[in-house]
Amino acid sequence: MADASKSPTTGKRSPVEMATCLPFERTILALERKIEELKSIPDVDLNGELQPLEHRRDRLLAEVFGKLTAWQKVQVARHPHRPQFSEYVAGMCEDWVELHGDRLFGEDRAMCTGLARIGDHRVLIVGHRKGRETREKLACNFGCAHPEGYRKALAKMRLAERFGLPIVTLINTPGAYPGIGAEERGQAWAIAENILAMSTLQVPVLCIVIGEGGSGGALGIGVGDRVLMLEYAYYSVISPEGCASILWKDGSRAEDAARALRLTSDDLLKLGVVDEVVPEPLGGAHRSPDAMVEALKGAIITHLDELSAMDPDERLEKRYARLRSLGNGIEPLDPPEGGEPSPA
Amino acid sequence: MTPFFRKKKDIPLGLWMKCPDCSKMVFTKTFEQNQNVCPECGFHIRLTAEHRIQLLVDEGSFEELASDLEPRDVLHFNDRESYEAKLKRNQAKSGSTEAVRGGRALLDGRPVNICAMDFGFMGGSMGVVVGERIAIVAEDALERRVPLVVIATSGGARMHEGALSLMQMAKTSAVIAKLREAHVPYITVLADPCTGGVSASFAAQGDVTLAEPGALIGFAGPRVIQGTIKRTLPEGFQRSEFLVDKGYVDRIVPRKKLKEEIATILDYLLPREVIEETPPEETPPEETATERVGGEPAPEEPASEEPASQATGEAVITPAAKTDADGESKNDVAKEDQANDVRST
Ligand SMILES: [Zn+2]
Repeated sequence: MADASKSPTTGKRSPVEMATCLPFERTILALERKIEELKSIPDVDLNGELQPLEHRRDRLLAEVFGKLTAWQKVQVARHPHRPQFSEYVAGMCEDWVELHGDRLFGEDRAMCTGLARIGDHRVLIVGHRKGRETREKLACNFGCAHPEGYRKALAKMRLAERFGLPIVTLINTPGAYPGIGAEERGQAWAIAENILAMSTLQVPVLCIVIGEGGSGGALGIGVGDRVLMLEYAYYSVISPEGCASILWKDGSRAEDAARALRLTSDDLLKLGVVDEVVPEPLGGAHRSPDAMVEALKGAIITHLDELSAMDPDERLEKRYARLRSLGNGIEPLDPPEGGEPSPA
Repeated sequence: MTPFFRKKKDIPLGLWMKCPDCSKMVFTKTFEQNQNVCPECGFHIRLTAEHRIQLLVDEGSFEELASDLEPRDVLHFNDRESYEAKLKRNQAKSGSTEAVRGGRALLDGRPVNICAMDFGFMGGSMGVVVGERIAIVAEDALERRVPLVVIATSGGARMHEGALSLMQMAKTSAVIAKLREAHVPYITVLADPCTGGVSASFAAQGDVTLAEPGALIGFAGPRVIQGTIKRTLPEGFQRSEFLVDKGYVDRIVPRKKLKEEIATILDYLLPREVIEETPPEETPPEETATERVGGEPAPEEPASEEPASQATGEAVITPAAKTDADGESKNDVAKEDQANDVRST
């Protein structure tokens, strides 16, 4: 049984078609364009010319993506062509059945929940949905959920718990929505209740930050047995822009804030905030969405295999121990790369 | 005794003070004798953690837990000032080592565990030690099977400890979940302001949720919301009374009545035999240092409004949304007149 939400394809986009180009990708993109042009010339064998160019592109990709700054990683995490919830569901799940509604107020398109099969695992998938085209983005409120989104997530997680289905959450939100309706309907209460409930759900809970891990809005579906993070995703207590405007009194200092917040996957692994980093394809997930979806599917199956095999009581004890020790006994990180930001 | 609010430059030291809300001049002693509530307009001035605990617990009954835990700069966080320097400054100013204090106490003869936050310490922001202290006091309540009372006031999770601060929401919530499972009563008192990661975790998980009158309570700060929706916010939006109307707060309780009301509520929630029992002997736990609070002078100037915390609701949608995450705790203008500014947002 499939429904309309399976529509987005995971077909590889040619980077040349990309409407947007991150500043540090410009030379790579120029090279990629040249390769495309050569390839488009009919009836001419250009292998001799193509191969060196392709090697150069790969070297450049490895070089540039091997030393991205924190701020550049934030930009990759927000890349408009980065695979999102729908692409992961379409690419790694069978028999996807979306389930709507929180049974209390309404339906929030910024949060998507449904039943699916990943490999041999029958699971509930919960995730933020950002939308791709303008109309879809508006419908999904750019991935910023309202309380009804968090309550829908909890209602479906309770359903999964009743029927013994493990839960996989895909986190990708700039943050929970800050608006009048959201406050009137208890955004703080909705998120607080999810965080509390997820610490005691009887079924395995696996959380993955696939793009933006925007503070409380991310954590609202981010408490579980294990937390994974894609290599160029970010997870932060506040957006770099928000932090910059508060601490530096200047929103344009987001780059400094991104560096200071230690929001990248390698730092968060050292801090014990995430348990594993899932490597991205060369040049980032947006360059090879299919490969990314495949890689994440593999990681999810491995972890679900392990979590499902555990004794439920032991699993819950370990989950509690993990949550209870967050931030305790952490070795100080090395100072951030790029030195200390200059005073304002 | 010094007043527990920021003195204004135009006020003769200590003797008279101007109410931050109604601007009437009030004899400082009168203010203090009224639990630092304005006798003219009922405005509740922000208090230090120590003072909040003093007002609620029986004299001499408070034994602090986990006071030996001190915050560390794990990230090497530097903005316009190093986090370490900021911590030292706030510690010296507030007389506390962190933005929360908690421990064991008696509340009208009933054994309880209590935590109180201090907005004057880096905007009451929650870092690792704030989360850990709350978790320790809550776990101790669970072990002793005594109720937990938390007075929450905070701008949110502390930016200077990055995602580790965010994770304290998960840590504290996991312990509160255990209290819930064990039917150990948990009462929260929301005080001005209570936003961001604190409002979206333990502060919103009480079995019974009380609020001081007029407190700003919400997920996102008003400034963030205004920046996002580009509309003026309705009168009284996110104040305690609004939260009661919307169904998120059980009762608004003036400071004067707080102790009495909590005692009454606890008597309903506690099993009969516990109420009639005499308080168990108060032995400090072995693994954590305990320390009596009281007698120390209140800090001269608590509550400098450090740009230290943020409402976790911050989301980047429009450029204007990026301007501020919590209208209260980090406004430059607010530096000299914090309370006034808050009331005006
Ligand atoms: Zn007044």
